[in-house]
Amino acid sequence: MSDFFAMGGYGQYVWPAYATFFLLLAIEGVMPALKRRRVLAELRGKWKRQQRREGAAP
Amino acid sequence: MNPLVLWFHKMGSPPIFYRLAGKLLPWCYALAFVLGVVGLYGGLVLAPSDYQQGDAFRIIFIHVPCAWMSMFVYGFMAVNGFIALVWRIKISEILAMAAAPVGTAFTAITLITGSIWGKPMWGTWWTWDARLTSELVLLFLYFGVIGLNAAIEDRRQASRAAAFLALVGVVNLPIVHFSVNWWNTLHQGSTVKMFGPSLIDSRMLWPLLTMAIATKFWFAASLLNRSRVDLLELEGGKDWVRQVAMNSDGSAAPQEKGSAA
Repeated sequence: MSDFFAMGGYGQYVWPAYATFFLLLAIEGVMPALKRRRVLAELRGKWKRQQRREGAAP
Repeated sequence: MNPLVLWFHKMGSPPIFYRLAGKLLPWCYALAFVLGVVGLYGGLVLAPSDYQQGDAFRIIFIHVPCAWMSMFVYGFMAVNGFIALVWRIKISEILAMAAAPVGTAFTAITLITGSIWGKPMWGTWWTWDARLTSELVLLFLYFGVIGLNAAIEDRRQASRAAAFLALVGVVNLPIVHFSVNWWNTLHQGSTVKMFGPSLIDSRMLWPLLTMAIATKFWFAASLLNRSRVDLLELEGGKDWVRQVAMNSDGSAAPQEKGSAA
């Protein structure tokens, strides 16, 4: 097992490369979920304001 | 109407696209994960060490698929940009702009992993040779497309302007691809060839191709995910968006009468 992590002496290069791969794709992967939450919150806020305005001056 | 034309019209309709993309999305993510695990197991565990590079060559299983994707995604973005400019199809504008961040991620991974790989093999993190420089230009093109798209207020005008920039940048794709043949470079030539036999052991080839397919599915999943959100944003005032927003976990959703049906 420690042989596997040593990567024949190249572990210090191989694992940071893989870490970069997973980190950047993870960030890229959660971005849409965050944006979705923001967009939906903005839309709901807009509709709420609209409703209030309609309620105030029918 | 011709069934194919009809299909295109249907796909061009935002609510239908939104629903279908939502159905495909989990499958694309699942395939990307499964193929990724299989490919990385094959690459990191099963494949033998390289006779010259030892185990350092195992960076190939992420570096090369990401490099392929950096160009594939750019091509996808440019084709959709072209369709958006010529036929003004809304979905194509959305798809082109949704592809850009995914391509940026793949290009950045390519550059960083390549740099890490270059240190033990070439003795340097970076060199201004043709392959590395043209790939860096590709990254800046992605930045340019994203930046231009974000800088213009009107969403549809923004995506068309950015699509135009993406089209102009297509000239860089053959430069990236052929740079290793056209110029003297530290970067090695292609070992996996579309035409003719590949210069790589089959025990190394299958994990590499599996990773290539896995990254394709990741792109598909991310693309669908992003374009769904962008569609919600673009179509904000429409009824179908209101229904989606009401039906999805709305803790802050305003009470609508009789919308639950």
